[in-house]
Amino acid sequence: MATYDGIFDALGLRGWCDAAEQGGGGGAMSMADLLNKGGDDTTFWQTPFPSLDTLNKACAAMPRTRDLTKGVEEGFLAIKDALKVVLDPLTQPLSHFLEFALWAFQAAPWFVTLPVLFLVAYVASKSLKLVGFVAIALGFLAFIDHYDYAMQTLAIIFVCALLCVLLGVPIGIAMSRSDRLQKSAIPVLDMLQTLPPFVYLIPLIFLFSVTEPKLYGIAIILYAIVPVIRLTDLGIRLVDPEVIEAADAFGMTDRQKLWGVQVPLALPNIMAGVNQTIMMSLAMVVIASLVSAPGLGVLVLRGIRNLELGVGLIAGLGIVLLAVILDRVTKAALARVNASSSVQRN
Amino acid sequence: MSDRPIKIRVRDLYKIFGADPQAALEKVLKEGVGKEELLNEHGHVLGLRRIDVDMRAGEITVIMGLSGSGKSTLIRHLNRLIEPTAGAVEVDGEDVLAYGEARLRKLRRERMSMVFQKFALLPHRTVLDNAGTALAVRGIGRGEYEAEAEKWLDRVGLGGYGGRYPHQLSGGMQQRVGIARALTANSDIMLMDEAFSALDPLIRTDMQDLLLDLQTELHKTIVFITHDLDEALKLADHLVILKDGAIVQQGEPQEILLHPNDPYIVDFISDINRARVLRVRSIMTEGDPHGVETTDEIDHEANLESALSLSEGDTARTFRVTRDGEPVGVLKMRDVVRALVPTEASDEGVRAQAS
Repeated sequence: MATYDGIFDALGLRGWCDAAEQGGGGGAMSMADLLNKGGDDTTFWQTPFPSLDTLNKACAAMPRTRDLTKGVEEGFLAIKDALKVVLDPLTQPLSHFLEFALWAFQAAPWFVTLPVLFLVAYVASKSLKLVGFVAIALGFLAFIDHYDYAMQTLAIIFVCALLCVLLGVPIGIAMSRSDRLQKSAIPVLDMLQTLPPFVYLIPLIFLFSVTEPKLYGIAIILYAIVPVIRLTDLGIRLVDPEVIEAADAFGMTDRQKLWGVQVPLALPNIMAGVNQTIMMSLAMVVIASLVSAPGLGVLVLRGIRNLELGVGLIAGLGIVLLAVILDRVTKAALARVNASSSVQRN
Repeated sequence: MSDRPIKIRVRDLYKIFGADPQAALEKVLKEGVGKEELLNEHGHVLGLRRIDVDMRAGEITVIMGLSGSGKSTLIRHLNRLIEPTAGAVEVDGEDVLAYGEARLRKLRRERMSMVFQKFALLPHRTVLDNAGTALAVRGIGRGEYEAEAEKWLDRVGLGGYGGRYPHQLSGGMQQRVGIARALTANSDIMLMDEAFSALDPLIRTDMQDLLLDLQTELHKTIVFITHDLDEALKLADHLVILKDGAIVQQGEPQEILLHPNDPYIVDFISDINRARVLRVRSIMTEGDPHGVETTDEIDHEANLESALSLSEGDTARTFRVTRDGEPVGVLKMRDVVRALVPTEASDEGVRAQAS
């Protein structure tokens, strides 16, 4: 006798339960079931919570929790092929883009790549001091033979962050213009941001082959796109309503208003979002090494898997250096945007 | 003065804020529900109530009222930044409320420009580009609007500041840019929403003088919003006093000053320096000064303060009043003194309620 037998009897469902027992014939048994098989002589203080598994013991017609996870899995597998037909061609360019970027970053000789990177840092920050720091950090990584790994990581971040901005800014603009869209998008963004990064990888592994770069590309983009969307939306909504009113009073069209007023005034916020997005891409690219993303993350993974302490720590240091470089350069660019637009606050 | 053509005509304008303004309007019109009751029992705010104003071409119409009286709401109806609940707004005889999006945009771009209390300049654009906003919005290239913007910046005293950014300028200078921006639009109508309220008193006086100066030259139709009576009296050709969303009195400012028809207005005017605001023409005796013994002459637009100083305190004197050098009437100092007797703050007015 199980604890909740009485309930099913009282509800007059005994017949339904027994019919299932005879038809289904028990099914597989878990270890817990086996252990519990002995006696059901529980005292009052040991009354189990009426969970699916407990109820199943009283009535075989009740599903078990295992059926739930199995159902999710089967459901996903059922739509997988259809999903693949749609998603595969749609995301194929991402693979090509990533492959191309990885190739380009590695094929170019270091004495070309490094000066180009320094130049980019200078254009973004207009600060020679910062360029000096970038030179020392990258020089150090190259000196300890981590140059290729670092370039792979940078290539992936470059592609993913670029796509995040290209997709995220328009989404953020659309959200800022429609309260309904904002309301429905925010829970999705919250979920994307709080879902542990490893969990993204599970359905993606089923959908795409692990050898395809788009697998980790999608994971990184999903994870990193959130801040740029959020801050674009926020930035545009924060634009001084007086200025918007003035734009209306002078007869600006919606387009003139968007590109002439809202986006320029939201730029400091959008740039803060871009900075966050880049930092999150970097965080994710390390985790994505689990699904064959090349770069410094691979070394970290090797350090964990083979217990190679030194390899893992040095690669970790390399990631920190890259993070500091990316953060400083984008923050310097942000500061310049702030200084030039310098919203009046008085 | 009132023979000028009517430029903007506002008729029976109502504005109610809330979830269902039309239903609330029914209550106001049919059941005569008041502002308080409408807010407390129906959750709607009565923004404007039966506004009738004629704004004449080339005049400065000043709309005055305390905060919450609906003056900013009213001015935003003229270019439809706010849509009315009921009523009509006509500009040059055309019903603005019937305009579609394209015509409304054309109205805002070419026929009306606006100056804002907090300047509302575009912080990421230079002063020159800000001044040229109206032209840039019309699709005119920078090269072409530059000269025009430059000209008006010069006119408001900001020549040479074109390359700066708004945040590099002081408040007064920023509002000069705001005025230059409105002038560059070259529109007949200028809407000024508390344009000088955010400025220091001295700078404010400067700006008022600048505006009057510009007006003698340009003869625009200006709608000016203010909560400051001195400013209103200084600028207004036609003064409209709003209270709780309704017009209490409107007319020639001197007329309102001498014959206030509401305790609310009496309260308003009890504090001002009448000698500085009242003008000779308002209290002179019209007619031929020949035969009357006069000691001196005074211009009809002069204020009573200058009459007082001219008389050196002697109330027995009489002056000839002239307009453009032609005698038009007689000013007796006794009348001057009588006109200066202050109207007491009324017992039933705002202040009595406050104390």
